[in-house]
Formats: sequence, C-alpha cells, structure tokens
Amino acid sequence: MRKPSRRKVVAGGVGLLGNLLPPNVIAQVAAPAGPLKLAPLGYAFNALQPHIDAETMEIHYSRHHAAYVNNLNAALYDFPRVAAMPLEQMLARIAELPDGLKATVRNNGGGHANHTMFWQVMGTTGAQPSGDIAAAIKRDFGGLDKLRAEFDAAGTRLFGSGWVFVTVTAEGKLAITSRPNQDTPLMDGQRVLFGNDVWEHAYYVTYQNRRADYLKAWWNAIDWVKVSGRYAAAKSGALAI
Amino acid sequence: MAFTLPPLPYAYDALAPYMSKETLEFHHDKHHNAYVVAGNTLAGDGTKYAGKSIEDICKEAFAGKDQPVVNQIGQHYNHIHFWNWMKPNGGGKKLPGKLESLVTAYGGYDKLRTDFVQAGVTQFGSGWCWLVIDKDGKLATAKTPNGENPLMHGQKPILGCDVWEHSYYIDYRNLRPKYLEAFFDNLVNWEHVEKMMG
Repeated sequence: MRKPSRRKVVAGGVGLLGNLLPPNVIAQVAAPAGPLKLAPLGYAFNALQPHIDAETMEIHYSRHHAAYVNNLNAALYDFPRVAAMPLEQMLARIAELPDGLKATVRNNGGGHANHTMFWQVMGTTGAQPSGDIAAAIKRDFGGLDKLRAEFDAAGTRLFGSGWVFVTVTAEGKLAITSRPNQDTPLMDGQRVLFGNDVWEHAYYVTYQNRRADYLKAWWNAIDWVKVSGRYAAAKSGALAI
Repeated sequence: MAFTLPPLPYAYDALAPYMSKETLEFHHDKHHNAYVVAGNTLAGDGTKYAGKSIEDICKEAFAGKDQPVVNQIGQHYNHIHFWNWMKPNGGGKKLPGKLESLVTAYGGYDKLRTDFVQAGVTQFGSGWCWLVIDKDGKLATAKTPNGENPLMHGQKPILGCDVWEHSYYIDYRNLRPKYLEAFFDNLVNWEHVEKMMG
C-alpha cells in the first residue's frame, strides 16, 4: 500500500522526487507500487561511450526517466481505470482523461514512453541498416545519409526541449517529425520507429551548447538490429511504445 | 541598429560557487551570443522590426505569432536582464524600500520565495520563472516556456530566472530546485529588480 504522505511529496513537482533523493535511494524506489515500471536499461551506463558518457546515461535513466515513472504512478493512484489502460492508449486519449490528469499524463506519460523507446533503440552492435528497413529508408528518404541530414536538421531547428522522431505507419512508411518537451507522435495515434532526445540533459555534460555535434554522434549509438525489430513489429501491428 | 551581446557585468568567476565560471562562459558567450546572431538576422536591419525597441519587438512578435522572433529576441531580452538580475553576494531578505511594500502585500518574503521556486520547478521543459507586476499593479509569480517573457503576456517582468537546463546542468545536474534556491538566496540583485519596477 502506498502511503498518502509519499504521494504528496511525489506530486509536489515535476522531477521533485528524483531531486530529493541520492542515487542509491533512487535505485531502490525506481519501480514503486504502480502500473508503470522503469524497465532495465539493457546495457551498462558506459556502453555508449564516447558518444554518450556514462554519467549522462546514469542521471538520464536513474533520475530523469525514473522521475517521470514515479510522478505518473503517483498521479494514477487516484484513477484506477486510467491506470489500467496501456500507456500508448493513455497517450492517444489524453483529451478524454480527467482534467486533473491531462498535464501529468502528457508530461510524465510522454516522458516515460519516449525514454522507454530511447533506451530500446540504442545499443552496441554497430550494425548498419539492412533488409526491409534499409529498403524503406532508401524509398522514403533516398538513403541513410539523407535521413540523417534531415533528422539532424529537425533536431537543430527545434527550439528548447523536445524530441525528433521517425514515425512508421502500419504499411511501413517512414517520416521525420519533431515534438516539444515530452510530447510524442503516440499522442496522435501514430507509431514511433525511433527518436532522439534533444533536451539539454541528454547531451550537456559532453557537448554543452553543441547540439548539432550530439545529433551527429548519436548515430553511433543507435542499434539498427533493434530498429529493424521495431520496424517488423510496426508492420505486424505489434509495436506499442 | 544591430543587437549586440552586452558584456557580463562581473567576472566570469564572480558568482561561484552558486553559478560556475564554466556555466557563465557557455551561457553568455555561446548561448546568449547565438540568440544575438540569430536575432540580427530575423529582426535586425532591413526587417520590419528595424528601429523598434526590444520590448516592442517582443510584444509585436508574440501578438503576430512570429515564433522565430519570439524565440530569439525574447531570449536576447531575457538574458540581457538575467545577467543584471544576479550579482556576487546577492539574494537574501534585505529588500529595497520600494519593493518591500509590494512583497508585504504579496504575503511576505518566505511566501514569495516558495512560490518563485515552485514556478521554476513546475515550468516543464525549457523556460523561465518570474516575478512580475501584473495588470492591477500587484506583485505575482509567473512562468513561461522557451524564449517567452511576461512582456508578451501584458505583465512587467521585474525578476527572472532561466530554467533551461543549460543554466544549471553543469553545476546542479538534474537538481533544478537546488539551483532555484541558490539563485534566490545567494545571487539575486534586488537593486536591478527595483530598477525594473520603473
């Protein structure tokens, strides 16, 4: 059972729980009672170096992402019927949610979905696109170089915090789009193939103001084996977040 | 007249340990400078904004939904004052007389500090938190996203704190509340706040 006093603290502000607790405590409470869980990262914090440094990964996952999960779970405690919905449906139906939940689901639910996807599409295989996904990239962008250039330009243009995404339709058609803050194309009922976080917390420790350099380096951290898997899932209707 | 980057009104290491030299170097020399450069392209000589005051450009761009100018000139305005809203050995409860009566009417210094920090903590994503004089002449707290500022919303900004992560990530990482508390307790230049009251 969750104690009311804890809920009050968690609901006190965006990121507040993460901000009040030292890292070892965060690790213990990263998956509190509630419908949403912080999934294991799947690789070590230093696995993506030098493109993303270990400290950035640790804070990003253990503090920023964990805070979104905790804030959302705390808010959903009073709304069991919403809490029972899959996250992608919650996000697609924000307009129908109780007024008191809309902003929390948008910010923290969006943050949870975006980061869950983000950790999933990165890795260390070093593979290049091949097969279906390579063909789709060639068809829809004219090749990987053009996709990268367009994607990075969208990320550089985005003013303030937000994300750049490649969306995928059930037919396998790809498109680049960006969203502010923790908004996601899932809120428009679309599916995300992959995306990159351009909040400053994603790159400031290593790249400071040089967002363009981070965007360029990030392609070394993407795992095309995982992206291929998501592409196949999207076409079979199995891709959720 | 072209927009220019004003020099920092103190040494880069003058606000340490609350705001480091490294933060001020990136924040002033890189981030603020980028807004000046982009602002000159978007709203400098040869544009419809040429010759207008920066305050009027902020209001006109926001009313006209000219988002690129809202972003770049808004941020130029915000940063010009941000540097002056801080000073070494700043902050604290000793307020200039003109401000003191407004703060008392607001509910006191402690309430003001709590509400200001809360406005900054709850500004989701990049943006600013503010003390403003509202349309009724009363003191209020506010928050705005990205490059927006209270001028665009019909209020007079008298104190602002930058809560873009670039303003605190080097020194505080994700701990935005700690940064906001340090700003209010140790950095605020209340004399510039009083000056902004006009």
